[in-house]
Amino acid sequence: MKRLGLIVNPIAGMGGRVGLKGTDGPDILKKAKSLGAKPWAPDRARDALRKLASFKDRIEIVTYPRTMGEGIVTSCGFQPQVIGTIPETTTASDTKRAAQDMRKEKVDLLLFAGGDGTARDIYDAVGNSTVVLGIPAGVKIYSAVFASNPARAGELAGLYLEGTVREVIEAEVMDINEADYREDILSAKLYGYLKIPFEITHVQASKAGSPPNEKYSQEAIALDIVESMSDDLYYIIGPGTTTKTIIQKLNLDSSLLGVDLVYKKKLVDKDLNERLLLEQIKAKKTKLIITPIGGQGYLLGRGNQQISPRVIEQVGRDNIIVVATRNKIDSLHGRPLLIDTGDEATDNLLRGYFKIVTGYKESIIYKCV
Amino acid sequence: MKTDREPKARNFHQAKWDESVIFELSRKGERGILVTEIEKEIEKCVGDGTSILPEDMRRKEPPALPEISQMRVLKHYLHLSQQCLGADLNVDIGQGTCTMKYSPKINRMLAISPKVTELHPLQDESTVQGALEIMYKLDLFLREISGMERFTFQPGGGSSAILAMVSIIQAYHDFNGETHRDEIVTTIFSHPSDAAAAAVKGYKVITLYPDEDGYPDIEALKKAVSPRTAALLITNPEDTGIFNPQIAEFTRNVHEVGGLCGYDQANANGILGVTRAREAGFDMCFFNLHKTFSSPHGCGGPATGALGVREELKDFLPVPVIEFDGERYFLNYDLPNTIGKVRGFYGVFPAILSAYAWIMNLGDMGLKEAANVAVLNNNYILKKVKEIRGASAPYAKGKHRVEQVRYSWQKLTEETGITTEDITYRMADFGFHLWSSHHPFIVPQPFTIEPTESYSKDEIDEYIAGLKKVVEEAYREPEKVKTAPLSSVVHKIDQSTLDDPEKWAITWRAYLRKHGKGD
Repeated sequence: MKRLGLIVNPIAGMGGRVGLKGTDGPDILKKAKSLGAKPWAPDRARDALRKLASFKDRIEIVTYPRTMGEGIVTSCGFQPQVIGTIPETTTASDTKRAAQDMRKEKVDLLLFAGGDGTARDIYDAVGNSTVVLGIPAGVKIYSAVFASNPARAGELAGLYLEGTVREVIEAEVMDINEADYREDILSAKLYGYLKIPFEITHVQASKAGSPPNEKYSQEAIALDIVESMSDDLYYIIGPGTTTKTIIQKLNLDSSLLGVDLVYKKKLVDKDLNERLLLEQIKAKKTKLIITPIGGQGYLLGRGNQQISPRVIEQVGRDNIIVVATRNKIDSLHGRPLLIDTGDEATDNLLRGYFKIVTGYKESIIYKCV
Repeated sequence: MKTDREPKARNFHQAKWDESVIFELSRKGERGILVTEIEKEIEKCVGDGTSILPEDMRRKEPPALPEISQMRVLKHYLHLSQQCLGADLNVDIGQGTCTMKYSPKINRMLAISPKVTELHPLQDESTVQGALEIMYKLDLFLREISGMERFTFQPGGGSSAILAMVSIIQAYHDFNGETHRDEIVTTIFSHPSDAAAAAVKGYKVITLYPDEDGYPDIEALKKAVSPRTAALLITNPEDTGIFNPQIAEFTRNVHEVGGLCGYDQANANGILGVTRAREAGFDMCFFNLHKTFSSPHGCGGPATGALGVREELKDFLPVPVIEFDGERYFLNYDLPNTIGKVRGFYGVFPAILSAYAWIMNLGDMGLKEAANVAVLNNNYILKKVKEIRGASAPYAKGKHRVEQVRYSWQKLTEETGITTEDITYRMADFGFHLWSSHHPFIVPQPFTIEPTESYSKDEIDEYIAGLKKVVEEAYREPEKVKTAPLSSVVHKIDQSTLDDPEKWAITWRAYLRKHGKGD
């Protein structure tokens, strides 16, 4: 019998309802409560679990006590295995401990209800050892590990557990500085990758074939880029699983989250910050290879801030190579890519159209705003 | 007969047979026909009929064909036919992009007459003047309809015609010494075969996404074209049913960098007699005779993709082309830059004849009337669908559409969890097809409806009533829709093996091997 882990971060999302842009830390939680904030995440978890009603006899749910899952799971008519203990008011350490316990319980999939902060805690606890999926219930949802809505999270969980969806991809966990965010400054770092189930929407088989899976698409993109690489040029390779596939194709050792520099198909340096990048590419002809980061289509300014306005100025717009899988682009449903470098002039320079490499000898022209 | 009743989806119950694959029905030694022994007198004249075959062409083992009697074969295929929905069985307007118009039976009678079926492609030209005349005159009709200079009927369907277009594009640039042109531009709402054919011929494919209103984006095109552009391949109107009003600007931009423009007019049903490829600036175009010109859909063949080109490209067409010297019709193989043959012989003659008969029946005004009625029908449906809860028509708000519309169930899915796939299954319970979209699903939860000119208002209302009924169920009793089909052939296709090279199988032999049932 398949085992599903469920963790609810009961305080996630509470700050948002009362205009606090997040609920990270006990002081903010206190403030949120004083403003009349009510728990929200349990309702979101319930919406997801409802989609699993037909699995009642086929899956076993493992969860944490009371507000961290037990209450919701029981109210949905499941009889969960409850593990661990929690205090009256939960914190990040409870989420982390719960996720570690779920991993020990060898759950096939770990569903969690929360926001970006919760995703970071889950990542800290399980890394890429467990397949997870986020039920969006937080204030900030910049990470790509969340389903588009709770019902979809439940459906996708079901499809994965029954074996209909089998592909697993690495999706970005973003680290948004909440104090800055509250001041309307968005500083996002790429924090890590969690493994999530991935479903390509199928078309009816009778009239068209299936789209290629994510791994194949990334391989095809990497092959295209590597074949077109010139020995005269330096290549800055930004973060992202699609860009990192290029480095793997070159059999180089890359940084997981950072920016790397390649010349003559060899690694010059890895995990460079802005200053080092500028030093390295000074007076050299350089191409910049980037891919949208996170779930919202940000090309620059979320998780790749090392590639600063000064780096972009040095490289030049025409030397930017954008890569992305068609699935990633199509998941935007026509919404343009986004730019937020923090510098208005640079943003304006980058707005407009980019040619995006989407496969071997395949590209699209796509708008960026 | 006029009825005042509210239109409603009718009850329907389809046959469901527990039917095996024909290979599983095979019984060793069972035969449909027992072939008689050759008579001595005949053998004396022509030999035994088989030993004339060279030794190395003879099978050592007989082919693994099913062994089955006539009666059981007949029953098998009748069972299967009862489990299908055909164009003559239902209101077939839910297969958008397919252009499911009525194919008049009289045209079919002509096409299956022995005068046609007994023709042999190697007969002397003097004995097939009538057939050649029909092909030549259909060429003349299509020249008038498109503004092109010469057509070939050799391509065996739409994708085959696209591949022939790309071959001509390549040959043309090679001829002019412009071998560096290695990019072909298309749009995401053009048929996927436009991109696929370009890729098959080794081109890099650049795909344009639409602007906010769903129109092909001229600014994106300007970004895409360069001296490396070999051609633009584009559909218009696209699958959204939106006509690109800047199409002449598109072709002008491509011509300015030296590229050619190929028009995918597989379905020209909404613009017959209204707009032409020439005036839009195209260098070539093709029509699927089974879509626009009513020769029946063959479900994978036999079909014809009638491909026409402008004067400058005439010499690149596949050979032979059909000519008339004022007295007789003949096959001309003498084109200096021909791309050669793209298919055996001259085209699928029954399809060519059906299209010829259809055009002759309608005349020029009739063709335009067909287009007008198809557009009118489509816009009536557009209005009716937009009234259905949970349905929407993304893009081009407040505008009319041409011959089809790509709609969305996004709102319905958000409110009920019912997807477009669920709805297509439930529609089958009322005897209707409903098709979603080509890949990729740019429009979320897509569905595509194209009524053509063939259906009456009553029939369209019946189809709309079917949609309404399913949507009511989606909101009231979603589990019913989720578990559909209920009264159609009760099964769902397991698509999980389609992406798995270890499991997918397109032949019985491969199925046995990959699913552990082979030797």
